[in-house]
Amino acid sequence: MEFRFKTRTKYLINTVAVLALYFFLMFLQGDVLTRYQSKMLIPVGIYIILAVSLNLAAGFLGQLPLGHAGFMSVGAYTAALFTKNVALPIAVSFPLGLLLGGIVAAIFGILIGLPALRLRGDYLAIITLGFSEIIRVIILNLDFTGGAFGLRGITRATDFTSVFICVVITIAVLHMLIKSRHGRAIIAIRENEIAAEATGIPTTYYKTLGFTVSAFFAGIAGGLYAHYLGILDAGTFGFMKSIEILVMVVLGGMGSMIGSVIAATGLTLLPELLRGFDNYRMVIYSLLLVVVMVFKPSGLMGTYDFSLSRSIESIINSRRRKAAKKEGVSHDSHT
Amino acid sequence: MTFLYQVINGLQVGSIYALVALGYSMVYGIVNLINFAHGDIIMVGAYCAWLAMMKWGAPPWISILFAIAFCTVLGMTIEKVAYKPLRKSPRISLLITAIGVSLFLENLAQLVFTANPQRFPTIVTLPSIQLGSRQLSATTIMTIVVSVFFMVVLSFLVNKTKMGKAMRAASEDEATAQLMGINVNHTISFTFAIGSALAAVGAILYCSAYTQLSPLMGVMLGLKAFVAAVLGGIGSIPGAMIGGLVIGLAESLTKGYISSQLADGVVFGILIVVLLIKPTGLMGRSMNEKV
Amino acid sequence: MTPILDVANLGIDFGGLQALDDFNIQVYNNEIVGLIGPNGAGKTTVFNLLTSVYQPSRGSIALEGKKTKGKNTYQVTQSGIARTFQNIRLFKDISVLDNVMVAMHNGMSYTLAEAVLRLPSYWKQEAAARRTAMDLLAVFDMQGVADAKAGSLPYGAQRRLEIARALATHPKVLLLDEPAAGMNPSETAELMTTIRSIRDRFNIAIILIEHDMSLVMGICERILVLNYGLVIAQGTPEEIRNNPLVVEAYLGKKDSDGKKGIQAS
Repeated sequence: MEFRFKTRTKYLINTVAVLALYFFLMFLQGDVLTRYQSKMLIPVGIYIILAVSLNLAAGFLGQLPLGHAGFMSVGAYTAALFTKNVALPIAVSFPLGLLLGGIVAAIFGILIGLPALRLRGDYLAIITLGFSEIIRVIILNLDFTGGAFGLRGITRATDFTSVFICVVITIAVLHMLIKSRHGRAIIAIRENEIAAEATGIPTTYYKTLGFTVSAFFAGIAGGLYAHYLGILDAGTFGFMKSIEILVMVVLGGMGSMIGSVIAATGLTLLPELLRGFDNYRMVIYSLLLVVVMVFKPSGLMGTYDFSLSRSIESIINSRRRKAAKKEGVSHDSHT
Repeated sequence: MTFLYQVINGLQVGSIYALVALGYSMVYGIVNLINFAHGDIIMVGAYCAWLAMMKWGAPPWISILFAIAFCTVLGMTIEKVAYKPLRKSPRISLLITAIGVSLFLENLAQLVFTANPQRFPTIVTLPSIQLGSRQLSATTIMTIVVSVFFMVVLSFLVNKTKMGKAMRAASEDEATAQLMGINVNHTISFTFAIGSALAAVGAILYCSAYTQLSPLMGVMLGLKAFVAAVLGGIGSIPGAMIGGLVIGLAESLTKGYISSQLADGVVFGILIVVLLIKPTGLMGRSMNEKV
Repeated sequence: MTPILDVANLGIDFGGLQALDDFNIQVYNNEIVGLIGPNGAGKTTVFNLLTSVYQPSRGSIALEGKKTKGKNTYQVTQSGIARTFQNIRLFKDISVLDNVMVAMHNGMSYTLAEAVLRLPSYWKQEAAARRTAMDLLAVFDMQGVADAKAGSLPYGAQRRLEIARALATHPKVLLLDEPAAGMNPSETAELMTTIRSIRDRFNIAIILIEHDMSLVMGICERILVLNYGLVIAQGTPEEIRNNPLVVEAYLGKKDSDGKKGIQAS
C-alpha cells in the first residue's frame, strides 16, 4: 500500500514550510547577509511574481505575450500615485495601492487581451509588445505621471516581509487556479485549442481570464517595485524588461512554477554574483542563455511540477519498499 | 513644401526600415523565427565600416564591402551555431536563443567599443538640393536610390533565380522542398546571408543619415523594422517594403506635425490597428488550421 | 417520435465551390448512422457544420428542436453534440485522466473564487468528477493508464480516449470521425463492440464517418453516402451494398456485370 498524506496534512506541511522559509530568510538577513545582500531579496521576490504570473499566460495558456512590463508599469504608477495622493497612513494605503495597481493592470489586461488574443503566436507577441510600448509612450507624455522626469517621492514601503507575503499569495493563488476546472481549461487551450473548444471550453473567455490574472499579478509586482525604488521612470518599462521576464519563464521551463521561481532567483542574482567581472557579466549572461537553450530547449525544469508533500511521500514510500524487501529476504531465509 | 520635405524624409527612413525588414521577413518566412539578433547585425555592420574608415584608413567603398562581407559571414555563423541545433525544438526556445544572441552582440560591442556613441564620417559629399525654404541633403536622395536598387535586385533574386525558387519552396513547406531535392540547409544559410548583407547596407545608409553609431543603435531600429515586416505581412517581400515605407512616413509625419515624442506610439498604433483588421498584415496570407 | 437531430437543406460553399448541398438527415435516439463516401466527398464538412466549426451557407440544424445557428462550437458541445477528430486531437502533454476531466468542465459549477479558496464545493465536485471520469475510463478499459500522458498511449488507445473525452461532455449525439482509422482488424472488431455498448449504456445517437466497411456495415442501422457534396444514396446496409450509384462513386463506374457491390471485407 502506497503511503499518501491526507489533504489537510498536505496544507499543514506547506504552511509550516512557508513559515520556516520566512524565518530562515529573516535569520539570514539578521546574521549572515550584508545589508546590500539582504536588499537583493526584494527584487528577487518581485521578479518571482513577474515570472510566475507570466508563466500562467505563456507556459500554461500557451500564448506568447511580450508586454508584461506594460502591465507592470500600469500597476507601478497606479499604486504609487495612490499612496502619494491619498491621506492615509502608509500601512493602510500601501496594501490598498498594491491591490488597486493589480486591479487596474487587470483591467488593461482585459482591454488589451480581448482584441489581441484573437491573434496567435508571434502576432500576439508583437501586438502585446505594441500595446506595452504605447503605454510607455503615454506615460511619458502625461503630466500627472511625471512624464520624462519620472515620478519621485514615493514612500519606500516595500520591505522583505511585504514582498514575501505577495510572493506566497501569488504562488498559492496561481497553484489553486491551475489545479481546478478553470486551470484545466487553460491548459487544454495550450494543448489543442480546437479540441478544447470542441469539448465545451469557452476558449475566448479562458484566454482572456488567463491573460487578465497574469496582468493582475504583474500589476502587484509593479506596485512593489515602485515602493521599493521610490522613483519611477517610464523608460525602465520598455520591451527589454518584458523580454527579461520571458527569458526567466522559458529558462525555468514553460509550465513549471518552481522553474520560474528558480530562474527568477538565479537570473536576478547572477549579475550580482558576477560583479567581480563587471565588464563581462552581461556577455556571460547572454552566452549562458544561448548555451542553456541549445542544450536544454525545454528549460531547466521542463514542465516539472514540484510538490513538497509528494516528495516526502515518495521518500517514505521508497524507504518502506526497501524495508519490505529486507523483511521479505529474511522471511525467505527462514523457510 | 514642408509637407513634401517630411514625405521625402519619411521615404528615406522608411527605405532603411524596408531594407532591414526584408531580412526579418525572409528569415521568418523560412525558419519561422523572429530573428531578434537582426537589429544587432546592423550595429555590427556600422562598426565594421567605422573601424575600416576611421581606424584603418580604408577608402569608403572598401569599408562598405568589408561591412557587407563581415555581416554576411556573421549572419550565417549565427544560424549555424545558435539556431540550427534548435530547429526541431519548441519555437519559443529558438526565440529566446535569438534574444540571447542579440544581448551577446550588444554587450560584446559595449565591451569592445564602450557604450559611448561614435561619429560616422560622411561618405558622399554632394551638394544638397534646395526645396523651398528647406535643404534636402544628397544623402537622403542617395539612401532612397540605393534602397530601391537593392529591393529590385532582391526581387529579381527571389523571383527569377534558382536559389530564389528554392527559398520560396523551402518557406512554403520545408519537408516537401527537401523531397524535391532542395538542399534546405544551404537555402537557409543563403537566406541568412542575404538578410545580413542587406542589414549591412541598411547600417551604412542609417549611419550616413544620422552620422552616429552606438552599441544599442540596432535595438530600436530593429524593432521598427520588425514592426514594418509584420505590418506588411511577415514572409512577404513586397509586404516588407510597403511596411517599411508606411512606418517611415508615419514616423516622419508625426514628428513633423504632432510631436516627436509620440512618433513611436503612432507607429505601434498603426501596427495594432492593421493587425486587428487584417491579422496577418497587409500582404500576408491567412493561415487557418484545418479541422 | 421526434428526431433528436434534425438537419434540413444544409449546404456550404467555399469560395464558389459547393462543398455540401441539400443535406438532410433526421437522427433518432439510440440510432447508429454511418456517413460514407470517397475522399473529399464532404463527410468531415458535415461534422464541422454540425459542431459550428463552420457556419452553413444554407439550411438549418436543430438539436432537440432548438436551432444551433449562430452558436459557437463550445456552445454546441454544451447543448449536446460531441465529436472526435479524424487526425487525433488529444491534450497530449497532460494525463489521460485530465483529458477526460477537461471535458467535464461544464458538469461542474464551482466558481473561480471557490476554487482559489478551496471551499467545500470545490472538493465535492472535483471528487465526484474524478469518480465519473474513472468510471468512463473503465468503459474503455483504460483505468490502468489514467496517470499516463495522453501522448504516450498507443494509437488505438488514443482513439478510444478521444471517444471517452467526447462522452464526458454528456452528449446526446456523438460524432465519430473515422474511429477505426489506423486500427488492425482485431482492434476494429473490439471497437465495434465498444461503440454498440456506448450507445446502449449512454442512450445516445451516434453518427460515424468510416472507411472500414466491415465496421460500417456491421454496426450502422442506416447509412448515408456522400459524393461531391451530395447525398447519392441512403438506406440500410443491405440496400447500400447493392446500390449501383454507390458502387459507381467508389469504383468510378459500374462493373460490367453490375452486380458486384461493396464487399464487407
